[in-house]
Amino acid sequence: MLFPAIFFYTFGATCVAAAFMVIASRNPVHSVLFLILAFVNAAGLFVLLGAEFLAMILIIVYVGAVLVLFLFVVMMLDVDFSRLRQGFLQYLPVGALVGIILLIELLLVVFTWSIGANVRAAIATPIPPLAKVPNTEALGHVLYTNYVYFFQVAGIVLLVAMIGAIVLTLHHKPRVKRQNIADQITRTKATSIEIVKVRSGQGL
Amino acid sequence: MTIGLGHYLTVAAIIFTIGIFGIFVNRKNVIIILMSIELILLAVNINLVAFSSFLGDLVGQVYALLVLTVAAAESAIGLAILVAYYRNRGSIAVEDINLMKG
Repeated sequence: MLFPAIFFYTFGATCVAAAFMVIASRNPVHSVLFLILAFVNAAGLFVLLGAEFLAMILIIVYVGAVLVLFLFVVMMLDVDFSRLRQGFLQYLPVGALVGIILLIELLLVVFTWSIGANVRAAIATPIPPLAKVPNTEALGHVLYTNYVYFFQVAGIVLLVAMIGAIVLTLHHKPRVKRQNIADQITRTKATSIEIVKVRSGQGL
Repeated sequence: MTIGLGHYLTVAAIIFTIGIFGIFVNRKNVIIILMSIELILLAVNINLVAFSSFLGDLVGQVYALLVLTVAAAESAIGLAILVAYYRNRGSIAVEDINLMKG
């Protein structure tokens, strides 16, 4: 009973501290690294909650792909970040006010609600016991049957995002010579070579 | 000392608030704003998974997966727009992005 509590407080405190450092650190590269720390600790919380598949997805897909993409962009853009930080103190009071009000409201909600009496009876897909069916397998049983359309819509969202990112960032420099494959394969013998009869002794 | 649903919801609420606070405080830096949105979506995911675990319903984890997908797509598109904008203007300051006066 003690170990889950120790792990919860470790992961939770580290996650919150790293999240705070994301918005407070001066260097955006440090921000991205703290964001990675926050996501890894959130994955620890997911493991504590029994959602192992989501925890691994969070580490592999999120930390491995999305946050490394952030790191690429931050390092690739040559921006004077100290200029972007001007006005930090100017916006601090209103930000703190909104944040404190929001946190108080959220905590009031968290500590004053209760689960309705007939909610547990209405659960459509209960989690099977972990010893019998692992979390990944149970999630797959649900995701590929009842929620297969949602799954495919998620795939379409990713496809659209991929094509959109490529279209947005791809640009051709006008002065660079490029291979035009359509031009190449539509060449015919008539357009590409010319046969010249050369008489001996006269030349062209 | 048992860890209940309220503990996880508190962590998620704090992370959500930090995300909102980050958007307000770093108003000039688009990259930090995108990271704050990531933090907000992470808080939502923690909520979904916590409810899924404590109510014993697997659908919450399915929805957390979908939220993760949308978050990945959003950050990819956001960073692509950022790169295209930087290529055109040589700056990513938010206050310069007012050509349309929206």
